[in-house]
Amino acid sequence: MNLRKYLKVYKKFLHTSLASELEYKTNILVDLITAILSLVGSIFLLSIFFQNNGYIGGWKFEQALIIQAIYTILNGITNTWFNPNLTEIVKHIREGTLDFVLLKPIDSQFFISLKKINPSGFLEIMIGFLLLLFCIRINQINLNLSFLTLSLITISCSICILYSLWFFISTSTIWFVKTWNAIEVLRSFLYIGRFPLNSFSFSLRIFFSVFIPIAFITTIPSEVFLGLSVLWKILLEFIVATVFLITSRKFWLFALKFYSSASS
Amino acid sequence: MIMISNLFNRKIFTLLKVQYSNMLEYRVEIALWAISGIIPFFMLNIWTNNNLNESINISDVLLSRYFLCAFFVRQFSVVWVVFSFEEDSLMGRVSPYLIQPLNPFFRYFAQHLAEQITRFPFALIIAFFFFIFNPESIWIPNLGTLLLSIVSTFLSFLIQFLIQSIVACLCFWTEKASSIERLLFIPTLFLSGLLAPVVSFPAYVKSWIYLTPFPYLIDFPANLLSGNETNISGGLGMQILWICLLLPLFKKIWSEGTKKYTAMGS
Repeated sequence: MNLRKYLKVYKKFLHTSLASELEYKTNILVDLITAILSLVGSIFLLSIFFQNNGYIGGWKFEQALIIQAIYTILNGITNTWFNPNLTEIVKHIREGTLDFVLLKPIDSQFFISLKKINPSGFLEIMIGFLLLLFCIRINQINLNLSFLTLSLITISCSICILYSLWFFISTSTIWFVKTWNAIEVLRSFLYIGRFPLNSFSFSLRIFFSVFIPIAFITTIPSEVFLGLSVLWKILLEFIVATVFLITSRKFWLFALKFYSSASS
Repeated sequence: MIMISNLFNRKIFTLLKVQYSNMLEYRVEIALWAISGIIPFFMLNIWTNNNLNESINISDVLLSRYFLCAFFVRQFSVVWVVFSFEEDSLMGRVSPYLIQPLNPFFRYFAQHLAEQITRFPFALIIAFFFFIFNPESIWIPNLGTLLLSIVSTFLSFLIQFLIQSIVACLCFWTEKASSIERLLFIPTLFLSGLLAPVVSFPAYVKSWIYLTPFPYLIDFPANLLSGNETNISGGLGMQILWICLLLPLFKKIWSEGTKKYTAMGS
């Protein structure tokens, strides 16, 4: 694998998709307003939960805000990279254009996962970061090197898990053809990532850590921010992320064996 | 006059039949759509697990019925007309529809109704599982309430269908009307009562929210069906009022839009 070649190709991807997306400038503005409103809405919902209670699942309001910030950042990443690319797989398979991707002298998973980019997601990531900075201030978190590395590691693990979940579902299109709605199901499940895991009942907590590891995605990085995290949890997240990444790769190669192009 | 209405009924009936058989082809899809609507149950879990309902004076049982009903109302008032219309208009499929002596929105309307009929058994299965986990919340609403809540759910569907159709007509001016719909979906999500009953909202929101269409989309029908306290005549009146406001607006924007429409190639 030639890293320099891939970097060069990625630069081209960025250039072409940015150029085409910037054609719809008002669209980006509307998306920005949507992102802000949905953050305001979730904070409103959170404030309803907290209006007569000091704690939800052992989290204070200020602490729960960190989860919102991390969720917003991750949602921005999903909207920038995962959503535009991985919904495209469905189209490739239905229309048989996956053939053209497979014929290219480049890794097909790389091509399919990074071809497109949606710039309005960047703004959402920025909003998430602003909220995160605000949270760091109101929770009086001391920034030091070990804390920064730990939070970086956990957030990157979350991104890997999130990517793998999206990629799994999109890949299953090879068998089911229309997985549009499976993506909708994933989206609605991911929504619970906006709330601390401890606020759910025991059975749901098990479900969301074992079957769909949404629990790891937002709660563990937030715990790192608050200095509440235990080492085994971070290690566990790291292991889960690695396992997910490797299986997603294996699953793609396995699924390709079953792909029959449009006319065959 | 009777002949005209007969003809009209036959059209609607045929459309429904065609769309229903079309929808039956995609049963798995629709099952997945039904599953993607289970957010209210997660919310219920947060409410009861943290005893949040004590502060708003709703018992556990009534709250779980409320969220179950919210799930049902949402299932039968989901609207996606803007996405269908946007695709059809970008692909140039609207042109043949415009020639037909029937407003193309009737086609989408029939599509939605057919989808709801297909969805019904899946929603029942999900409700069945809900009752297995929460046996204490089983109840049978009386016939009058059931009929009234079906009517109000349908009215809620009509309001959302009209709002989205108005947004869909913006396709005549801009290419991506669906992003406006995604924007409008956010207040619908948070203010309609899908995630938290409107009773629990802080006073500064409650003071104006009943003037907007949002609480009548899910909160009002769900309260009605679950037997929670609600103002029946006021709610139905507001639903009808909103439909009366939106219908002429839709007609206006539709006639403006079709004048503006240029078919592909012209």
